[in-house]
Amino acid sequence: MDWGTILDNSISQMLRPLTAVFALAAIGLNVHFGYTGLLNFGQVAFMAVGGYGVAISVLEFGVPLWVGVLIGIGAAVALAALLGVPTLRLRADYLAIVTIAAGEIVRLTIMAPTFRDTTGGSDGLSGYNDDYTELNPFNRGNYGIGFLKFNAPATWNIVVGWTLVLLAVLLVWLLMRSPWGRVLKAIREDEDAVRALGKNVFAYKMQSLILGGVIGAFGGMYLVIQQGSVIPGNFTPAQTFYAYVALILGGTARIWGPVVGSMILWALIVFTEEVLSELVANGYISSSLMSTNQVSQVRLMLVGLGLVLLMIFRPQGIFGDRNELMLDER
Amino acid sequence: MRKAVALLLGASVLIPLALASHAPQAGARPQQEPAGGDQGGGEVVRGTLRYETETGEDAFAEGVDITVESADGEEIDTVTSDEDGAWEVPLPGPGRYTVTIDPDTLPEGVSLQDEDRTTLTFEMSAGRARAVLFALTAGFGGREVATGFERFVRLSVQGIRFGLVLGMAAIGLSLIFGTTGLVNFAHGELVTYGAILAFIFNVTIGWPMLVAAPIAIALATLTGSAVDRGFWRPLRNRGTGLIAMMVISIGVGLLVRYIFLFQFTGFPRGYREFTEQRSWDIGPLRIVPRDFWTIVISLVVLLGVALFIQRNRMGKAMRAVSDNRDLAESSGIDVDRVINFVWAAGAGLAAFGGILHGLSQEVTWQMGFQLLLLMFAGVVLGGLGSAYGALVGSLVVGVAVEVSTLWIPSEFKTVVALSILVAILLVRPQGILGQPERVG
Repeated sequence: MDWGTILDNSISQMLRPLTAVFALAAIGLNVHFGYTGLLNFGQVAFMAVGGYGVAISVLEFGVPLWVGVLIGIGAAVALAALLGVPTLRLRADYLAIVTIAAGEIVRLTIMAPTFRDTTGGSDGLSGYNDDYTELNPFNRGNYGIGFLKFNAPATWNIVVGWTLVLLAVLLVWLLMRSPWGRVLKAIREDEDAVRALGKNVFAYKMQSLILGGVIGAFGGMYLVIQQGSVIPGNFTPAQTFYAYVALILGGTARIWGPVVGSMILWALIVFTEEVLSELVANGYISSSLMSTNQVSQVRLMLVGLGLVLLMIFRPQGIFGDRNELMLDER
Repeated sequence: MRKAVALLLGASVLIPLALASHAPQAGARPQQEPAGGDQGGGEVVRGTLRYETETGEDAFAEGVDITVESADGEEIDTVTSDEDGAWEVPLPGPGRYTVTIDPDTLPEGVSLQDEDRTTLTFEMSAGRARAVLFALTAGFGGREVATGFERFVRLSVQGIRFGLVLGMAAIGLSLIFGTTGLVNFAHGELVTYGAILAFIFNVTIGWPMLVAAPIAIALATLTGSAVDRGFWRPLRNRGTGLIAMMVISIGVGLLVRYIFLFQFTGFPRGYREFTEQRSWDIGPLRIVPRDFWTIVISLVVLLGVALFIQRNRMGKAMRAVSDNRDLAESSGIDVDRVINFVWAAGAGLAAFGGILHGLSQEVTWQMGFQLLLLMFAGVVLGGLGSAYGALVGSLVVGVAVEVSTLWIPSEFKTVVALSILVAILLVRPQGILGQPERVG
């Protein structure tokens, strides 16, 4: 067992692009679930339309990458409207039902052989991120301190990813201390009271759904752009629940909650995965019990279990405030 | 509470699955037997090119060229099928491969059911053999064997079968919502659970289906009751909010689903009996006996459920609790007992639906989750909280989903269901049979 490498990998995972992707997705969910009380079980749909929006518009329409990003944002807004208009006037569960279905349907549509020429089917797409790699200001070499060293492209990915996360955090922080944000929190606490004050609850919920969806779409766009290729498997329904665990772990309705939560979650995931792989490889866990390619399935079980245990025993997460989480009505 | 969680994990999931841990080895045999010794323990892909002649007999396509390539386009081998339509290619190792059939080498009058699908992709895991099947038809130009009307009739009957199975699975979902207010996002896992239990009894242990299925349903019923008693009831009693419970249910669903994947593996597998059946032709209708009996059995079961809800004291109590929980409680109904009954019966029906669906399709680790999305469409369409609504809605969704394949590719089935869901929410959010209530 090489504990040094395992620890190094776990800690450096905290900075890696995937962590930033889920930080973004969780920030979006925080706007939905944490601040407005909207139950979005299909955040992955927003990530997928964002990501594929960029890739398809660059490859199909030949537009520059930044236009692709705008199209990705537009796709996320359109999806939010499509999901929000029928459900946001109704009880919270309808949005949950429609979003969880949408998450799977977006993926199935992307995978459909009918659209293979556009979406690449299950093989996915690649070769759309030249603009992004050309922008990389870092010269060849390694950057960082100690064991946290990354090569030039990785450093560029990390810088872009965490800049996006910081911008999203700043945006959410500014919005949530504004009167607009206070209305959202009031909707979460008591929708009828807000309606009685003459606010258009539907419009506020819709704006919240769009905002959180677009932040989630940025997660998807960033994932797809830094990866350089995309397959439908990047957007399985389970991705939404990584974001949920990250959010609840860090603290719902807290500005830094989703960011810290994502870092802790991914460090834990890499740690358990590498420990398990080592145990299997060295025969401490017999291969009849578990093979190395089953380790990632265990990861998803732990994500599910973590979600259950957190919601039951510590719904406020690590840094959360229990008073912020009076979601127990309705 | 801690005890409750342990109980959920222990009682409902691990014990039955401990049995299942032998399933991958024993049950896998029909479709993916461990590769023979002469391959040196390597991976093998094989297949049989079978089709049905116009007289309904099995025939095999000989002399068809099959090419296997690795994911990066490197050709592994090209082989020709033998007189039994069989072909086999040893692979260099696990990974992703594609199999391409050359349609020009197919026998006269035989074509691919879907002419665009000449290439299939599959994932190979270490040390296994896998079967890859191409769907062939014999007839004039393949696709147009049946007239439009015949296809419409056949698809409608398929849709009725599917809708009935869906409805059976969805009754529990709707009643649990009606009595507790919880949308149970782990309900699909109850469907898979029943199907997998029956698989263990039928294939791993080897009991006949008619013994295996009732035992699986009974076990699922007990599990449903235990899950409510040991997990959800304590949560309700400590005042956990509904939104929190929905998040918990989705966590439970995720956990259980991946336990299924872990134990059952990702390969779809069928039951031991009722798999190869000659279809019956009745006028424009063509139906496999299995599907016919599925329809009959579901109709009988659902009629029984309806009678129960209408006549039986417990059924009436269920409706009363759905209607107004507080009023029901104050008029002396033991609400906890009713809810527990709903959980037990809902789980049993879900398992029944899962087994019937597994018979006509195959058993997979996420069949329940995929059905759940359609169940939602059906339940919302019929009216959340009502048992009849779940039935009517599921029937409509089932027929619509199947018949829609007349005009649009079948991979968009779920899209059709979601469109119905969105449309009904826009027009009549309480569903066909639901009570209108002021919302927003």
